Amino acid sequence: MHTVLLLADVPAQELPARSMMAFTLASHIILVPLGVALPLITLVMHGYGLRRGDATALLLARRWSAVMAVQFAIGVVTGTVLSFEFGLLWPGMMGRWGDVFGIGFGVEAWAFFLEAVLIAIYLYGWRRLPSRTHFLLGLPLPLVALLGAFGILAANSWMNTPRGFTLDSAGDPVDVQVWKALFTPMLGPEYWHFVFAMFVTAGYVVAGVYAVGRLRGRRDRYHRLGFAIPFTLAAVCTPVQFMLGDSIARQVFHKQPVKFAATEIVWKTDTHVPEYLFGRLHPDGTISGGIRIPQLDSILAGFHADTRVTGLTSVPAGDRPTATQATIAHWAFDIMVGIGSLLVVLALWYATVWLLRRRMPATPWFFRSAAVAGVASVAAVECGWVTTEVGRQPWIVYQNMRVAEAVTATRSTSLWTMFTLIVVVYVFVFGSFLAVLLKMRSGWRLDDERGGPRPPEKTREPGTPEAGTPETDTPYGPRSAGSRL
Amino acid sequence: VIAGVVAVVLLLAIAAYACGGGTDYGAGFWDLSAGGAERGKRPRRLIDHAMEPVWEVNNVWLIFVLVIMWTGFPVLFQRVFTTMWLPLALAAVGIVLRGAGFALRKPVRRLAGRRLYGAVFAVASVVTPFFLGAAAGGVASGRVTATSTASTDAWANPTSLLFGLLAIAVTATLGAVFLAADARRFAAPDLDRYFRRRALGALAAVAVLAVVTLFVTHGDAPHVWHGLTHGAGLVFVVVAALATLATAWLLTRPSGAWSRVAAVGVVASAVIAWGLAQRPYLVPTSLTVAEGAGDHTTLRWLTFVTLVAVVFVIPAVALLYWLDTHGELEGLTDADLRRGGVADEG
Repeated sequence: MHTVLLLADVPAQELPARSMMAFTLASHIILVPLGVALPLITLVMHGYGLRRGDATALLLARRWSAVMAVQFAIGVVTGTVLSFEFGLLWPGMMGRWGDVFGIGFGVEAWAFFLEAVLIAIYLYGWRRLPSRTHFLLGLPLPLVALLGAFGILAANSWMNTPRGFTLDSAGDPVDVQVWKALFTPMLGPEYWHFVFAMFVTAGYVVAGVYAVGRLRGRRDRYHRLGFAIPFTLAAVCTPVQFMLGDSIARQVFHKQPVKFAATEIVWKTDTHVPEYLFGRLHPDGTISGGIRIPQLDSILAGFHADTRVTGLTSVPAGDRPTATQATIAHWAFDIMVGIGSLLVVLALWYATVWLLRRRMPATPWFFRSAAVAGVASVAAVECGWVTTEVGRQPWIVYQNMRVAEAVTATRSTSLWTMFTLIVVVYVFVFGSFLAVLLKMRSGWRLDDERGGPRPPEKTREPGTPEAGTPETDTPYGPRSAGSRL
Repeated sequence: VIAGVVAVVLLLAIAAYACGGGTDYGAGFWDLSAGGAERGKRPRRLIDHAMEPVWEVNNVWLIFVLVIMWTGFPVLFQRVFTTMWLPLALAAVGIVLRGAGFALRKPVRRLAGRRLYGAVFAVASVVTPFFLGAAAGGVASGRVTATSTASTDAWANPTSLLFGLLAIAVTATLGAVFLAADARRFAAPDLDRYFRRRALGALAAVAVLAVVTLFVTHGDAPHVWHGLTHGAGLVFVVVAALATLATAWLLTRPSGAWSRVAAVGVVASAVIAWGLAQRPYLVPTSLTVAEGAGDHTTLRWLTFVTLVAVVFVIPAVALLYWLDTHGELEGLTDADLRRGGVADEG
C-alpha cells in the first residue's frame, strides 16, 4: 500500500462513521429476509389458496400482503440511506474503487426496479386484477429479489476478495475486468449462504407469529396453515443452510486466512489447532475463558488434524483485526453456528414427527421453540453479518484499502451529531413499524373473534365497477367507466 | 465518447427522478398545506390513494442516479458527497421520514397517530427536495472541487438556495397537476378544481423562481448561465418555457388532458437544459466529463446494463403506470382483510 497507516493514525471520523454504518445496516438487515423471502412465502400460500379454492389461505396471503406493504416501504427507505452512506461515510472507497465494483450495484438497481414494480402490482392488484393475472404477475417476484441480492452480494464479496483490476504506479486501479470483478471467489459461497439465510429467517419469523397464537390456544385452520407453510419452507432450507455455512467457513479459510484466524481466534500459524467455543483473545495472544476442544479447528478446516491453520500473527499487527475485533467476530461466529445447529435440531424434530405420524409435533415445547426460532434466526443473520464485516478489519477492501483511508473528512462531531439524529429517527420509525404490526394483528384477531363470515358488504365481480360501496372503502364515490382517464 | 453516453444516462436518470420522485414530494407539499384534519381530509385521502402504488418505484430512480454516479463517475461521487455532506445527509434522513411517515399513516386509525405520521411525511417531503436541489446548486455553481470541504458556503449560497426553492416549487407543480388528474380519475370534480388552482399557483412560482435563477446564475454560476443562454442549453430553456405556457393553458381547459405530459415536459427539459449548460463539465469548471469518468470497460458495461434496464424496466414501469392510471391498483381495505372478506378470489 502506498500509504501505511499505523493503528495510532486512525482518524477521529472512523468510530462515528463505523457506528453509523453498523447501526443503519443492522437495522436494515432485519427487514431484508422479509423483503427477499416473504413474497415467495406469500405466493406459495396464495397459489395453494387458488388451487384448492381455500379462503383461509387466501386470507393469510392478503394479510401478509398488507404487512409486506408497510415492511417493503420501510425497507426501501432504509436501503436508500445505505446508498447515501457510501458517499457520506466512505467517499474514499467509492472514489477509488467505484468503477471497479460498481457494476454489481447496477444489476441490483434494475433488479430492484423490477421488484418495486412487481411488488406494487402484487400488493395493489388484489382488488381489481383478475385473480389469475394477479397471481402470475406476482410469480417473478422471488426471482428478481434473488437477482437484487446477487448485485449486493457481488459488491460485498468483491470487498472481501477484490480482483479484476491492476494497480498503476500511483496505486490507483486501472484495466478493470468487469467479469472478474463481478464474480469474485467469495461470491458463490456468500450468495448461497445469504439466500438460504433469508429463506430460513423469513420462514421462521412468519411461522413464529402463528406458533405464539397456537401457544395461546388458537388451534384453528388459519393458525395451522399460517404456521405450516412458512415453517416447512424454513425447515427444508435449514439443513442446506447448515452445510452451506460449513462450506463458506472453509472458503474463508482458503481465501481469507487472516479473517478465518480472527473468527476462530487462532494466534499462531500451526497444525493441530484447537477449536475454542467462545473465549476471549487478549492482545498478547493468550485466550481466557471458552471451551477448548483439541485439534478440532484443524480438522474442521481441512478434515485432518495435520491441517495448517494460518494465525493472526502471520501478518503485521496493522494488517489484521485487533484482539477485541477478533473476539467480536469469534463470538458472532459461534453464536451464529450455535443458533444454526439448534435450528437443525428443530427442523429434524419436525421432519421426524412428520415422517412417523404424518402430522406436526403437538407438544407445546415444539411451538415454544418455533416461536423462539424466528427471533433466533434474525439474531443469526446479524451475527453472520458481524462476522464477515468485523473479520475483514482493518480493511474495507481486503488487503487493498483500509477503513481509515476510505472514511470521510467531515468533522467527527458532525458525524456524531448525524449518528444521534439517525438513531432517534430509526427508533421512531422501527418502533412505529412494530406498533403498526401489533395493531394490525390485534385488529384482525378482534375481527376473527367476532366470528364467522360477515354478510357481504358489496357485491362485485372482479374487473367491474362496483356500486354502492361504503364510504370507508372507496372515498371518491362510485367509479363509472366514464370517469376513468 | 462512452463517458459522454454515460453522462447523458446520468442526466436522464436525474430528470426521471425529478419527474417521478418530484410528483411524490409535491403530493407531500400539498398534504402539508391541506389544512386541519377535517378540512384536509379529502385532499389527503386522494394523496394517499394516488401515491400509494407508485412512490417506491419512483424512489428507485434515485438509487439509479447514485449507482450511475459512483460507478460511472467515482471522482464526482466522492467530491459531491464530501462537499455537500450536510444537505445530502439531511436529504437521506428526509427520505426515511418521508417514506416511513407515508407508509405508516395508512394503517394507523387514531387521529393523533395519523396527524403525527402525516406531519412527518409532509414536512420531510418539502425539506428533502430542498436539500437535494441545494446540493445540485452547489454543483452547478462550481463549489464542488477536489479541495473543497463540507463547509456551509458550499450549499448556503444564492444558486443553491434558488435551486432548492425551485425544487420545492417544481415538485409542488408536478404534484398538483398529477393530483388534479387523479381527482378526475376518481370523479371528484371539486378536488380537480382544488388542485388545478394550486397547480397554476405553483407554476407561477416556478416561472418567477426560474427567471430569478437565470439572473443569479449570471454572477454566481457564469458557466451554467452561458450554457443556458446559448446553443443546446438555450433550446431546452425555450422548450421548458413553452411547456410552462402549455401546462398553464391545459390546466384552464375543461378536460385538463395532457397537462401531466406538459408538466413533465417543463421539469425534464429544465433538468436537461441544466445538464447541457454544464458541458463539458461534470462540475463547472473543475471536473470535465472525461476527467471524472471511470474505467472504459466499466463504462461500456454500465451502458450495457442500462440498455438491459431499458428493455426490462421501462415496459415494467409503463405497465405499472398504465395499471395505476386505469384504476386497476388499489390498496387492500379492512373488508378484504377480514375473515370471509369480500375479495376472496375465484
